Amino acid sequence: MGARGELPPWVDVALIPALNLVLALLATSVVFLFIGENPLSALGIMLDGALGSPRGMSFMFYYATNFIFTGLCVAVAFHAGLFNIGGEGQAYFAGLGAAMVGLGLDFLPWPLLIPLSILAAALFGAAWGFVPGYLQAKRGSHIVITTIMFNFIATSLMAYLINYWFRPVGKMAVESRAIGSFDLANGDLTGAYIPSFFEIFLGAFGIRISSSPLNLTVLLAFAAAWAIWYFLWRTKIGYEIRATGLNADAAVYAGIKPDRIIMIAMAVSGGLAGLVAVNEILGTQHRLLLEYVQGAGFVGIAVALMGRNHPAGIVLAALLFGLLYQGGTSLSLAKSHINRDMVVVIQGLIILFMGALEQAFRPWLAAYFFKAEE
Amino acid sequence: MQTPPAIELIGIDKRFGAVHANKDVNLSVAQGSIHGIIGENGAGKSTLMSILFGFYAADKGEIRVKGEPVRIKSSTDAIGLGIGMVHQHFMLVEPFTVLENVILGAEGSAMIGPALSKARSELTRLAHDYELDVDPDAVVGELPVGLQQRVEILKALFKGADILILDEPTGVLTPDEADHLFRILGQLRDEGKTVILITHKLREIMAITDRVTVMRRGEVVANYETKKTSVEELAEAMVGRRVLLRVDKGPSRPGEMVLDVRDVSWRDRKGVLRVDSVSLQVRKGEIVGIAGVSGNGQSELLDLIAGITTPSAGEIVFENSVYGPDCTPRVLRGEGLAHVPEDRQHRGLITAFDASESAILGWHWSEALGESFHLDREKVINRCKEEMEEFDVRPPDPLLKSAKFSGGNQQKLIIAREIKSNPDLLIVGQPTRGVDIGAIEFIHRRIIALRDAGKAILLVSVELDEIRSLSDRIIVMFAGKVMGERPGDADERDIGLLMAGVTKEAA
Repeated sequence: MGARGELPPWVDVALIPALNLVLALLATSVVFLFIGENPLSALGIMLDGALGSPRGMSFMFYYATNFIFTGLCVAVAFHAGLFNIGGEGQAYFAGLGAAMVGLGLDFLPWPLLIPLSILAAALFGAAWGFVPGYLQAKRGSHIVITTIMFNFIATSLMAYLINYWFRPVGKMAVESRAIGSFDLANGDLTGAYIPSFFEIFLGAFGIRISSSPLNLTVLLAFAAAWAIWYFLWRTKIGYEIRATGLNADAAVYAGIKPDRIIMIAMAVSGGLAGLVAVNEILGTQHRLLLEYVQGAGFVGIAVALMGRNHPAGIVLAALLFGLLYQGGTSLSLAKSHINRDMVVVIQGLIILFMGALEQAFRPWLAAYFFKAEE
Repeated sequence: MQTPPAIELIGIDKRFGAVHANKDVNLSVAQGSIHGIIGENGAGKSTLMSILFGFYAADKGEIRVKGEPVRIKSSTDAIGLGIGMVHQHFMLVEPFTVLENVILGAEGSAMIGPALSKARSELTRLAHDYELDVDPDAVVGELPVGLQQRVEILKALFKGADILILDEPTGVLTPDEADHLFRILGQLRDEGKTVILITHKLREIMAITDRVTVMRRGEVVANYETKKTSVEELAEAMVGRRVLLRVDKGPSRPGEMVLDVRDVSWRDRKGVLRVDSVSLQVRKGEIVGIAGVSGNGQSELLDLIAGITTPSAGEIVFENSVYGPDCTPRVLRGEGLAHVPEDRQHRGLITAFDASESAILGWHWSEALGESFHLDREKVINRCKEEMEEFDVRPPDPLLKSAKFSGGNQQKLIIAREIKSNPDLLIVGQPTRGVDIGAIEFIHRRIIALRDAGKAILLVSVELDEIRSLSDRIIVMFAGKVMGERPGDADERDIGLLMAGVTKEAA
């Protein structure tokens, strides 16, 4: 006797995401037709832009790096039964930690400074997640509301700090001075500078590969995905997080303190979002600047939903969204009447179908499968 | 010509999955009478009334209202037929005033002004006719529960109900408030209204009803005219006599004291006293059973002893140390307390976890499952395999989702987990609720084996047979209090009366 509403695993993990993707592409096609564009050729341009060249693929992985972090961020909170939509703010605030350590301790040698800066980014992100977690656990303030508010606070606070603290005197651009440097001629690294693969190959080996912002942080992303899997499924705290998220009453019976779990889960969640700052500030921009998260925190929600809150699924979903981002950029370059805004519309549609309407097919499929069973 | 019954239910049948909630129920309620429906929790009373009020559709059967066959698909249909319901948990909008609550669902038009003024005059009339005084402008959330209930009754009457269903109406009331409610109900009857009173309290039935229907396990087992029956007869019908699953059990050899509960009280968040100065002791090598109709403080007492909640007053001593503020379930487990919770589906295991994960719930910090923070998957699975073998859990698959096991096998999994921890004290709530006969015997034998190994056991069950066949001493709880203590072989009727809150002196 199967429990009601329980679908075979392959339907849940593969068929539903695939159906949603098809539906999203159909809706996108309608938009393309509306603006007088052939959907198939547009799709072809997108795929070719992301997968057709090493450069496209490395951009895809660069975007995916952020999405893996934010997807994991949403998933960890979700396993504790929390909806953290503050990944955006947590990732943004984490830049403060990365820049403070990267700039303030720049007398340290890079083998010491880079891990410290990464740690600072994670800790600042964790702090920005922990506070809403604390407010939820101890004061009953709803996590969705507080994390949204914390996104706004982060935006304003960071703008203020970058403008009044980090901006060098006399400089027009609202950004900090450069964090570390990398000499392409001889491969010399100073400061909290995480080099891109392009820089490493050229500087250290004298090999010129196609240039992209893809940097060593992508390895950190894959390591984080594995670590979160281990944390959730192979540690006692992870067990407690999942138990609390699935059934808080049973967790209390088992002697688990939901308050504590909520705070831990939100701190870990925020810390993961904070690693976006590693990719962006330490690995790509090499300075602290405004609005560098660019919606990655929100994309993480769709990534986590599509990846079924499992790290392996999240890595795959993050790559898909990386593809969409890179493909969308190619499309806006190839077609003059498809501008950046249209690409955002397309991405939004895909997030809508993969994320918000993720369960839309479920009742229909369930009805089909149960009829087949009888 | 004889007036047709207000309500007639003919052959009502309802299943929820494997649970047969109502089995071919026939019920006839005369107009202008107060009709009691009595039975233990889970006997099917509430399901039956929900069918009558349109919350559920019956699988089979016919409903007649005043002789006319009707189809009730929603509560709107029921209200249209003049049926009103006062739920156990009130359906009121707390920040609204009494007046606003009363017109809820009967606003009449886009502007609520006319409805409000109509309701105001109607409330004055009802207050006059039935002693139903409530300030129409009071905010409902600020009223005491007794008055909130009155608002519920007013709501139903305002919508023209002449058949009123009350579901466990006195559960939240003080004795005084309950008396007032009964006076109101009496007046409603005298005005020709029909009242259906659902309860598990025998005394209320005796005090106010004209007729009474007894339900057990989804069936109507008896119908009485209240005047011609007795508390004893009702108790017997309600508790039921079925073949005793007598377990072979030698005499107990109680040793030193393990658990000492001293004058413990507990209030819920609304301030209602749920556990009232309870004292009891459990010694090594004995099974102490707590009998009582569900909802009389047993569950709350178990939570207090398990360290899930903290007493409002009194103290609990386990193995010579008093529970302190840091006495969490985890600490207590470390000291040798095991707990089989009453609600297996919601607490005992996590249905979305696989069996091996559910089988370590509460004991997951054990070093045997992995050093410090690490949880060794292989060890978890092996432990589960061993327990499944020893306790005959079927299918013996540690990777199967907990939800996919039958109730009996889920329960065996939980019992295995708790007993295998080798506790000094085992507290067990409803060990065999919803469990098939074979598993019941098995579970009973394991509990007795644990006793014979010199462990202390505190058992809570609403099944009197179970209490009597397992316990060495029986403590009866009613309304949060200990009503009395009896030996394990005490007379069933005697305990039944205590369970109904009737002491020898009062009866």
